[in-house]
Amino acid sequence: MNWLSNNWSTVFELTGTHLLQSVIPVVVGLLISVPLARLAAGSKWLRPLFVTGSSLLYTIPSLTLFVVLPLILGTQMTSLINVIVALTLYVIAILVRSCVDAFEAVDKDILQAATAMGYKPVRRFFGVELPLAVPVMIAGLRVATVSNISMVSVGAVIGIQSLGTLFTDGLRRSIMSEIVVGIIATVILAVVLDQLLRLVGHVLTKWRRAGQVSSGNGGRERRGDGTGKRSAAGPESETQDEDSQRARSIASVESGGAKA
Amino acid sequence: MIALDRMNARHRRDFKGMTETAIRYSGVSKVYPNGTTAVDHLDLEIPTGSLTVFVGPSGCGKTTSLRMLNRMVEPTSGTVEINGRNVADVPAAQLRRSMGYVMQQSGLMPHRTVEDNIATVPRLNGVSKSKARANARELLGSVGLDESLATRYPAQLSGGQQQRVGVARALAADPPILLMDEPFSAVDPVVRQDLQRELLDLQKRLHRTIVFVTHDIDEAITLGNRVAVFARGGKLAQYATPEELLRAPADDFVADFIGRDRGFRSLTFDRAPVAVHPVTVLNAETGQRSRIDSGHGSSAPWQADGAEGGSHDAAHGDTHAGARNGAIAASSDGWVLLVNERNAPLGWLPVDGAGNPAPREELRVGGTLWRAGDSLRTALDAALSSPSGQAVAVHEDGSLAGILRGDEIMRAIEEQRNERSDRRERP
Repeated sequence: MNWLSNNWSTVFELTGTHLLQSVIPVVVGLLISVPLARLAAGSKWLRPLFVTGSSLLYTIPSLTLFVVLPLILGTQMTSLINVIVALTLYVIAILVRSCVDAFEAVDKDILQAATAMGYKPVRRFFGVELPLAVPVMIAGLRVATVSNISMVSVGAVIGIQSLGTLFTDGLRRSIMSEIVVGIIATVILAVVLDQLLRLVGHVLTKWRRAGQVSSGNGGRERRGDGTGKRSAAGPESETQDEDSQRARSIASVESGGAKA
Repeated sequence: MIALDRMNARHRRDFKGMTETAIRYSGVSKVYPNGTTAVDHLDLEIPTGSLTVFVGPSGCGKTTSLRMLNRMVEPTSGTVEINGRNVADVPAAQLRRSMGYVMQQSGLMPHRTVEDNIATVPRLNGVSKSKARANARELLGSVGLDESLATRYPAQLSGGQQQRVGVARALAADPPILLMDEPFSAVDPVVRQDLQRELLDLQKRLHRTIVFVTHDIDEAITLGNRVAVFARGGKLAQYATPEELLRAPADDFVADFIGRDRGFRSLTFDRAPVAVHPVTVLNAETGQRSRIDSGHGSSAPWQADGAEGGSHDAAHGDTHAGARNGAIAASSDGWVLLVNERNAPLGWLPVDGAGNPAPREELRVGGTLWRAGDSLRTALDAALSSPSGQAVAVHEDGSLAGILRGDEIMRAIEEQRNERSDRRERP
């Protein structure tokens, strides 16, 4: 690991660019996917159009996209913008589907109750529908983020800087440690971001775990606060995992296996 | 309680008896694009401050009619007016915030705490969060929930508690009109009865105009000042008081829908004095026999109101232990009533020819109890559910008052019937 101690500022810098290239597309992709998915959810003809259309995006090989985009966008071949745009498309490919699922999973009775209570459409969307769609949405977001982190590396092949540069450079110069550092840094980044999103989801869905605590005590009795909250940790992680597994299987079906 | 009393005062001022019309349907129809008629030329007037129940089989248009009131459904033709104003002229969101709405599965927002759920409409109306929450906590008490539940999420509550929160939420903005769409049909029967009783209590204090939808005719009869029976195809079959409905159903459909035991159930509306007789009891703790006498002698009718105080003391004090052991068999025809140390009836024990009670295993428990002021239906049911054929009468606190005799209950029923036909024959 001598290599690392001599080059750690490069690794640090590359990690930064890598992060930028993977996170910006997730944010932009989310902002585009949510309105698209909301329009598609429950719609007879928009739904298949958007869901199939976005899935088709995922079938375009990433390397092709990295090469073709500069021609369309008029950017430099090695510009970060190419990667960011390409990965935004992939995020949309994953998120439109999972956001449609998320909106369709929201209990219609609750939406109707909100309307009957006097909610106007926009406030109902942000105050009721979106928060209730978060659990399924977060699962899709985690898949998109992790898949982005792996795909950013591909850009290194055509000279776009990222942690992938450590693979291409290490391979060319036969420095094993550089390749290993590249792999480890990518994995750490993926795990950290995934856990961060899990945490965000955890905070946004406190209400869900509350339900699972008392689902076992159907009667009118109430349970003491302390024990209830502590035991909440178990069932919660299970649902989270269920959701992410669901989203992951959707993603893998659509991508037809490995990507990048 | 404070919150409700304050509301109460406000609505009292508006409340001028039940003669004013709060809601008027005029020639209202709803036909869906596929040709289904959900509501067919509905004409209906609902008086201010009444609890009106829409009842009927599924697909009869009762819920559709209800939802026309807050414009969740728009009529195909005809007009719906609230306090003289066509609802179509009021912006939907504003209209909806002006009436409380309670639905079947409570419809609570799962991601909001109980207090925030109750605060929904005030918050939509721009009331500050702290003020809306404080009001919500006060309302919790008035629907029979503990304030400690305020910070729970709906999923942490039982079905009955959720419905109570639903009612509190509907009341939060202090609306003059409450719409209730099968609010109690998803909770178990015992809780449902509690909720029904509490709703009636609440209505006694609040005098709102409540429109209540149910498919359960018994619920309709228990709750309604007036009941609108809908038939399939969205036609109003009968609109009457519960008593009229039971005694004189408009047609075969209504009679059929009301169902069996109609005559028996109509006794719910009959209240008449029936004599309470002394009874000999066996104390389950001490094994002693004694005689419970309501204090008015065996022949005088014992009535709810005036007599209660005096008889109450008597029930506890007048137990001539062992003095009249011999009379047991004669007075209760082969049965002796077992009571606990507080004189609350436990059940009947068979007594053999020599006056010895059977072992405790043969105790017959669980008969209906009659309290002063209860209907003749309860009295008759109490007599029928008792193995000795005598209805057990208790005081408010559950202690034994005496017994009612089956033949005397039947006579009271007969007298009530005669009185009614007398009233009809009078010019």
